[in-house]
Amino acid sequence: MVERTPVLNFFTHLILFIGFVFCIAPFVVVAIAASHNLKDVNDVPMSLLPGSDFWVNIKTAWTTADLGPKLLNSFIMATGVAAGKVIISALTAFSIVYFRYPGRTFIFWLIFITLMLPLEVRIVPTYAVVANVLEPYQTILDLTGLSWLIEKVSGVHVALNLGMLNSYPGLILPLIATATGTFLYRQFFLTVPDELTEAARMDGAGALRFFIDILLPLSRNNMAALGTIMFLWAWNQYLWPLLITTDQSHATAVTELKQLIPNVGGAPEWHIAMAGTLIIMLPPLLVVVLMQRWFVRGLIATEK
Amino acid sequence: MEKRVTFGKWTIGILFAVPQLLLIFTFFYWPAGQAVYWSLTLQQPWGGGNIWVGLDNFRSILSNADYWNSINASLVFAGVSTGLAMFIALVLAALTDRQLAGSRLYRVVLIWPYGIAAPALALAFRFILAPEAGFMAVVNQIWPGFWDPGLDGADAMASIIVAFSWKYVGYNFIFFLAAFQAIPRSLIEAAAMDGSGVIRRFWDIQFPLITPTIFFLLVINITESFQDSFGIVDIMTSGGPANATNLMVYKIYSDGFKGLDYSGAAAQSIILMLLIVVLTIFQFRFIERRVHYR
Repeated sequence: MVERTPVLNFFTHLILFIGFVFCIAPFVVVAIAASHNLKDVNDVPMSLLPGSDFWVNIKTAWTTADLGPKLLNSFIMATGVAAGKVIISALTAFSIVYFRYPGRTFIFWLIFITLMLPLEVRIVPTYAVVANVLEPYQTILDLTGLSWLIEKVSGVHVALNLGMLNSYPGLILPLIATATGTFLYRQFFLTVPDELTEAARMDGAGALRFFIDILLPLSRNNMAALGTIMFLWAWNQYLWPLLITTDQSHATAVTELKQLIPNVGGAPEWHIAMAGTLIIMLPPLLVVVLMQRWFVRGLIATEK
Repeated sequence: MEKRVTFGKWTIGILFAVPQLLLIFTFFYWPAGQAVYWSLTLQQPWGGGNIWVGLDNFRSILSNADYWNSINASLVFAGVSTGLAMFIALVLAALTDRQLAGSRLYRVVLIWPYGIAAPALALAFRFILAPEAGFMAVVNQIWPGFWDPGLDGADAMASIIVAFSWKYVGYNFIFFLAAFQAIPRSLIEAAAMDGSGVIRRFWDIQFPLITPTIFFLLVINITESFQDSFGIVDIMTSGGPANATNLMVYKIYSDGFKGLDYSGAAAQSIILMLLIVVLTIFQFRFIERRVHYR
């Protein structure tokens, strides 16, 4: 910047270039392997010149793993999670920041704690809940004796049951149940000047009007950043969709990768596997490339 | 920080929080409580509810050599991949921040790996590191039997570490670069005027100023290495060979859903939860206070 450092500059360029090559190499290798035929892809060493079977392999991978509906499922899940997060976090942050009510700090901490425990570590019981989403409430009714009371009074036996395995809500809702976005909005709402709120109230706006007409338009940047990051995060989920979609019609693209691993006994069809990998890694890569600004911003803001 | 101006009707205020509260109660607190309950009870094999067994589940897990092996593998994995991913990212970010020609290209490309789903990159690396095809096959031709993640536990561990580190170099790079760019240029220019070179400036100004980021990333990388590793392990090694890569989350999954041992899996979940909570508290309590230069 201010001085001449030719040697250091040379090494800076060299190291960065090596880093660049290592970063880009897997993408290139996947793309090249996807263009070979069965024999060429298993050559040692594999030729780095692209083969001619690219579209054939893509087509084969597409039909073997049935990627059309799977990509659609992934898209629905990722969009659902992103939209749900953007909306629900905004509502919660508004409640925590703009109101004074008893137990507000308690609610704040209740939500804050969810940041600590990722879905992966409480996977088994969450699965059980999704199998019957109303089970928590049924248990509470049973334990408090309310279900006994209801049965005595009205003669109706209370058996709440709502299974969400193999459904979109089952895929989406547990992934929304964390605090990630809430704190992003909270930080932002705290920087919104109080004069704005005063002015709005003076003009007769209530809480709901202020929220919809003033606060939400102001948080557009936040929404874009949070939406981008959540879309990617949800698209890349693996363990959760793998568990709850026992039925193929709700499986997502990422869980389909397992079908593409060449079997030990069979032909090593790496060209098909790599073609499938390419298709599945392309949408999130596109989001990163096209939405880079929001991606970086969302990542840094949600984690802090 | 608190707002000076608020809205009066707090009943409406609570209503705004209700959707979130319902969600976290149903899908967070209830399952977490359930995990505690299962970990303290044992399901009867012939049905008919759970019987209370106290800490027996924990005792049987903690006396199980497989479990300690899993903890051991997780710690090795967390330590090596965190060290690798953070060191490489720090070097790349520091060099990119020098803003020589081409740095804009690096700023764009080096973050790509983080966008890729862990299982997808795992499949890519499974091919690249396969012993009979791909690139390690070349090495195997020169030294036969040198590399085989399917048979050799250390090779399998190395494979999943490479795949995980590759993704998280991209992640750490984003945060390091942001931290470097947040340092006022005037500080660095002033140091340069005083005659300190690039490397001196790095150690005396930039490095101390980014220590909060380093510690933050340290905790995040370790916790992510517990969670995000699942897809990589499942696609690349399935926990094998001989349990060499049977990391904690993978073991919870295979014990709970393949072995149908809910109580054992729940007890393992509780231990993992405690581990992560301790790490997080450690981050909030100590690191945030001690490492602060502003």
